[in-house]
Amino acid sequence: MSADAKNLGATLGEPKQSQGPKLIDLAIRYGFLTLLLGLVIFFSIFADGFAGPRSAVFIFQSVAITGILALGVTCTLVVGGFDLSIGSVATSAMMLAAYVMVVMEQSAVVAILACLAMGAAIGFINGMLIVRFKVPDLLATLGMMFLLVGLQRIPTEGRSISTGMTLPSGETANGTFSAFFLSMGRHRFDFILENLIPISVVFLIVIGILVWAFLELTRHGRLMYAIGSNERAAALTGTNVNRYKVYAYMISGVLASVGGLLLAARLGRGDIASGTNLLLDAVAAALIGFAVLGAAKPNAFGTAMGALFVGILLQGLTMMNAPYYTQDFIKGAVLVVALVFTFSLSARRAGGH
Amino acid sequence: MEPQLCRIDGLEKAFGHNRVLRSFSLNLNGGEVTALMGANGAGKSTLVKILSGVFKRDKGTISLKGQPFLPETPAQAMRQGVVTVHQHINDGVIPDLDVASNLLIDRLAEPEYGFMLKRGHMFTEARKIADAMGLDIDVRKPVSDLGVADRQLIAIARAMSHEPSLLILDEPTSSLSASEAERLFDLVETLKHRGVAILYISHRMSDIRRIADRIVSMRDGEVSGVFEGEKLDYEGAVNAMLGHTMTDVDIVIPEQGVPVLDLQSMQLRQGATPFDLTLHDNEVVVVTGLLGSGKTAFAQALFGLSKPAGGSMVLNGASYQPGNAQQAIGSGVFMSAKDRTDNAIVADFDISRNMSLPFLPRFSYAGFIKRREELTSARDLIEALAVVCQSEVEDINTLSGGNQQKVMLARWLSQSCKLLLLDEPFQGVDIRSRRDIGTKVRATAKGRATLVFVAELDEAFEVADRIVVMHDHSIVAEFINRNVDLNEVLAAVTGSASEATNTGIAA
Repeated sequence: MSADAKNLGATLGEPKQSQGPKLIDLAIRYGFLTLLLGLVIFFSIFADGFAGPRSAVFIFQSVAITGILALGVTCTLVVGGFDLSIGSVATSAMMLAAYVMVVMEQSAVVAILACLAMGAAIGFINGMLIVRFKVPDLLATLGMMFLLVGLQRIPTEGRSISTGMTLPSGETANGTFSAFFLSMGRHRFDFILENLIPISVVFLIVIGILVWAFLELTRHGRLMYAIGSNERAAALTGTNVNRYKVYAYMISGVLASVGGLLLAARLGRGDIASGTNLLLDAVAAALIGFAVLGAAKPNAFGTAMGALFVGILLQGLTMMNAPYYTQDFIKGAVLVVALVFTFSLSARRAGGH
Repeated sequence: MEPQLCRIDGLEKAFGHNRVLRSFSLNLNGGEVTALMGANGAGKSTLVKILSGVFKRDKGTISLKGQPFLPETPAQAMRQGVVTVHQHINDGVIPDLDVASNLLIDRLAEPEYGFMLKRGHMFTEARKIADAMGLDIDVRKPVSDLGVADRQLIAIARAMSHEPSLLILDEPTSSLSASEAERLFDLVETLKHRGVAILYISHRMSDIRRIADRIVSMRDGEVSGVFEGEKLDYEGAVNAMLGHTMTDVDIVIPEQGVPVLDLQSMQLRQGATPFDLTLHDNEVVVVTGLLGSGKTAFAQALFGLSKPAGGSMVLNGASYQPGNAQQAIGSGVFMSAKDRTDNAIVADFDISRNMSLPFLPRFSYAGFIKRREELTSARDLIEALAVVCQSEVEDINTLSGGNQQKVMLARWLSQSCKLLLLDEPFQGVDIRSRRDIGTKVRATAKGRATLVFVAELDEAFEVADRIVVMHDHSIVAEFINRNVDLNEVLAAVTGSASEATNTGIAA
């Protein structure tokens, strides 16, 4: 009798067992994208004017700069690091671009090159602090963040930079943002509709594809993932771990400075007060990205989806008249839920095997 | 002396399918030092963790002074009279606090201590504990100012302040110098005379000769030999621990090829005896020796992870001085590292990605990985090594230990090399995979020299053409793997032959 009951239990239990893990696997894999789709459908029905190319482009534009920064921080997450300095690298790049053009009266090309060089240099210093001087990644980049927040205020004694401002020396700054530079922030390409796609969105898409291809398709990306997963094993197979870590921080620095350039082009001035939210938004997007397709690790596609998710949610809620001051709360809540999703569900999946 | 102060009977513990302790039984007497010997994975640390209340047993009974002993937590184990000093001494002391706080830290954790610290009281109490142990240390000093030996003695002194009936010392001398160890031994002697039962876990034969009254060898989760009496049989104990069971592997020693690696007056660390060694093409040489005999240092020197203190290395006629793993691999020296979970496996990668890791340039064009070629190569290797898996894109973590190890071997067999180093390739590997791996290593040996580092002798006899034995960071004996006298090997392993006769060195 007891043996029969056991058998019965076994036969009953079997389909359940094979279905249980499957359901969880599906939830882990597609849960997040389903949620994203559901959100779009929900807002399309309940928020007037949400569905439509203009609104879609607006969402993309709102997340473009954050998304580019998030792709950079993803690269540092891949090697098992973290870059907290991206926000301040971006605002420093914005101030530097404005300073080069307005105060030093140089061309847009010089400003762009100076910013990219600065981003690479800061990434290099971050990397060296971490691999040579053994400062933990969070602390090294936190220190760099403070340093940059202060440094970007020194040349102008804490003031924003715009044409016609009075310099510390008493002179007036006569340089201007060139039309070419400003077009990076303001020009829109025709795509189906006239003046639809802003350049920043093109930047996001192109950089997103490049970072994705680099991480997923090249051997350098592969080795960076190996370092993030097991640094010792990577070193013992002949990988130059330190060099790849430094590269990761340099990529992060350069992408943050690209974000800063786009911000400067959009604002048309070096605004000391802008860009305060960049760091947290970018980090949130990269971490939400862990949950996409059940990756449970940093990945470029997930990061882009994470940024988009936050953008859609905020745009939809705004159109449904949610007050602006609830935004940070919502972002935080999404992040916490995504992290729980990633870590508890994938841990359960790993344990089930 | 109190006989059978602690009785362990039929102790069992399994982690998943891995049965770490299988019916382990042992009696420990008061006033006696029992040395416990066992190779890696024999179950020593699991036993210690059960006795110290970290793990729960699956089965079996333990009694202490006639009372059943079933601790739920380490704190309970300590209160009931079993105190453990762990191998990693920094787990035992808190460097930022002073000696007094360290000596009394577990009393601070007791609820009845009260809210405020009583500094003066603490110093007098700590002084008492230190004096009782014959420790001459300023109790106001921060522990971070003290050396390893003092830290160890503090940990023991604190343990002793609980007046335990059983003291467990887990590899206590692993980071001590000879004179520091001597202080520890004096303390152990003192405790022994007080009637404490001492379980002393060590790989160092010199320690065991110095203080053991009795030796218990452990193998595969069971007691494999108990040695006591006036004159202890050290070699018998090592043999019981390493367990040379007759193997049915037939070794046909092939013709030695041309010399591949030539080591001249190689010195692994300052003060070690220099040695020479030549490895030939088509030859599998096993390096064996106890833990701490210098096997790891030797492997690391050959793979460029550390610089030897002296000597020259010549690889295929050219001077070989690798500065890191990358250069070693570039020169054609590959190493499959020991402790695969920590040093070899990339857990986030599937089988194919784990296999291709060192040789990605071969699988890529302009930096882009040719995934199809990578997968084809992985499929071939899986077939060649008979890896049991669903497919080449399966997660590495779902494989059994033996199959994981096969993947690690496949990683390094996928390209040809001059010298292949395999550091503990049979660690955590079932017997069948072990045979497969050994056979594969021998079958592919042509065109390179192969050096295998193992601690267990039966593994050595299964795979070697030649066996070299290390002791004190030098090679002390060498044997051709044909009708070897096991006792000679054991004598070399335990170091008792090293001074008397340099037996096989002429070979």
